[in-house]
Amino acid sequence: MAETILKVKGVSKTFHSKEVKIRAVNNVSFEVNRGETVALVGESGCGKTTLGHCIVRAVDVTGGQVIYIAEDGTEYDLHSLDKKTMKSIRKDIQMIFQDPFSSLDPRMTVFDIISEPLRANFKLTRSELEARVKEAAAKVGLNTSYLKRYPHAFSGGQRQRIGIARALVLNPRVIVCDEAVSALDVSVQAQVINLLKDLQAELGFTYLFISHDLSAVEYISDRVGVMYLGKMAEFATTDQLFKQPLHPYTEALLSSVLIADPTVVTERIPLTGEMPDPANPPTGCFFHTRCRYCIDVCRTEEVKFVEEQPGHFVACHRVKDLKLEGIVTQ
Amino acid sequence: MSLGHMKRSIRKTNPDKERARQEKYYTASQWSLMWRKLIKHRLALISFIILAILYTGAIFAGFLAPYGLGDFSGSYSNAPPSKIRFVHEGEFIGPFVYPYEIAYDEFWTKVFVENTETPYPIRFFVKGSPYKILGLIESNVHLFGVDNSNLQPGKDDVRVMLFGADQLGRDLFSRILIGSQVSLTVPLLGTAISFVLAVIIGGISGYYGGIVDTVIQRIIEVLSSFPTLPLWMALSAAIPPGISVTQVFIAITIIMSLLSWPRLARTVRSRFLSLREEDFVLAARLAGVSDFKIIIKHLVPGFMSYLIVNLTLGIPNMILGETAMSFLGLGMRAPATSWGVLLQETQSVSNIANHPWKLIPVLFVGISVLAFNFLGDGLRDAADPYK
Repeated sequence: MAETILKVKGVSKTFHSKEVKIRAVNNVSFEVNRGETVALVGESGCGKTTLGHCIVRAVDVTGGQVIYIAEDGTEYDLHSLDKKTMKSIRKDIQMIFQDPFSSLDPRMTVFDIISEPLRANFKLTRSELEARVKEAAAKVGLNTSYLKRYPHAFSGGQRQRIGIARALVLNPRVIVCDEAVSALDVSVQAQVINLLKDLQAELGFTYLFISHDLSAVEYISDRVGVMYLGKMAEFATTDQLFKQPLHPYTEALLSSVLIADPTVVTERIPLTGEMPDPANPPTGCFFHTRCRYCIDVCRTEEVKFVEEQPGHFVACHRVKDLKLEGIVTQ
Repeated sequence: MSLGHMKRSIRKTNPDKERARQEKYYTASQWSLMWRKLIKHRLALISFIILAILYTGAIFAGFLAPYGLGDFSGSYSNAPPSKIRFVHEGEFIGPFVYPYEIAYDEFWTKVFVENTETPYPIRFFVKGSPYKILGLIESNVHLFGVDNSNLQPGKDDVRVMLFGADQLGRDLFSRILIGSQVSLTVPLLGTAISFVLAVIIGGISGYYGGIVDTVIQRIIEVLSSFPTLPLWMALSAAIPPGISVTQVFIAITIIMSLLSWPRLARTVRSRFLSLREEDFVLAARLAGVSDFKIIIKHLVPGFMSYLIVNLTLGIPNMILGETAMSFLGLGMRAPATSWGVLLQETQSVSNIANHPWKLIPVLFVGISVLAFNFLGDGLRDAADPYK
């Protein structure tokens, strides 16, 4: 039985403004095992980034718990910790950001950027600091002679490597990658994803990989959660999900993946309409407005998130009588 | 082979140099990037040089000015600018002036006529009235002045007045230089005070947000809705009449800065708000960096360049403000002087008609205002090298 490192229990995050109330994350639960990669996918605006922010406690949740299990087995509920304990936990859970341009302070040298987390958490001498920064830079394949440079000297891919070095310099256990490769060129994406995989193999990181790119997700992750309008629609191992999706939304998403094989003919399932306004979500199953299998019960009754098959969770009224198409991968 | 071609071929054959040049760019900090951009802005650079000259003039006013603040000469009352001559009776004898003699024209208006009998040579490093530079170095040597050694006894000193004289026969050139000490430092000091106020108040507003922010913003709106001129007048009317020159100077500086901080505080606040949302700030927070350190290391350097731009662009208003106040008799008072005080004489039309050189201080006000504006423009273009 794999060791759990992160438990997300019924997490909700509601943003209030004067008139509207937006439930960006709505009662989401899942667990992450140590050393694995869990991906969160969904359209933009589905709440995956907010969920990532809740997990690293960049924002406070409005409901539920995020439980982190430390090396010694102690469980910490991240959102009820005092400032001091939280600071000591922070270095275990780090984040890689989407935009490699806004995530690096243009006014600091690369050395200062990578060493900042170290200086905030440990009292190190200059030479220790240098050694650790150089080690982190070397791990992400960054020429150590570049450390004196400022971010403006680097391309997007190199900047992202700097961001990764900053995240791993603290030797974290969990790294939340928020769309970590979406802003990069496809060729660079592959490099960065492979780098992340290598680092995981070497250092045993646990990744929470937030993305909208299904091919990247399929390549890197062990398990996948599909989110729609703040709710988890389906959660399963990558194999299960890609071969045998149980949720119509997953099926539609999968049908949009391009397969690099001209002999494979796939039917694209178009998702009609826009995603509903999260401030004013539909009744019943949130997906019913765009679902091609929608029946009366979907419109009225709320749907439960259940473990339909071992390790395969889904929220769909018609899960028993639908036979959905996945994509077969070699 | 053309020069451009040669240059290119040198570059090609010198890859090491090229690489070093590139590395220098890659390791260039925000400020050196800003500087690189600024010196490409021709107008800003020229303005910068002009301002440097003006401020050097203010610092060394005592030395550069041939006469002191209180030097007057009855025979030079309202005298026009001296003509500096080089040739006397067909012979080149170096720079000199002829003394003025007073005559009356057919309308019985006083006119100054040069008496071309004796030339009075202009010499460098002549002794005159004592002065202090920066309050430290005492001296009575002036850069230039008239050699009065062969003056007939009983006659007034012959003077060189580049910009003419005022009603009391004081040299306008000297007084412009000495006046610039006030006119050019009030804006700087005032800006420094409003800078501190703006960073603190704008910072609090942007950092805490919520009610604090709302209250501060409303106060700023009220403050900036006052019409400036009446407010100056009201505030300077509150300056008691009997106080010393230094105290008047400080009071004016404070009035100027009290009126200019609200705009700056807004800039600080808005930069604060936008920077707070940047990913690198979140990254620092997630790494466990304290709030205070985030402010000092990420936020303040982030808005500093914008603030400097705004400060520079705010200085012209202060120069104009001080001039206006002094012109109206609400600012600096005699015996102290500033450009505004010098312009008081131009309040009557006949004065301007008969002695147009008395408007020369306007030129200085205009030049310094324009220079600060152009410099601010250049700084604004250079402010964010990362865009």
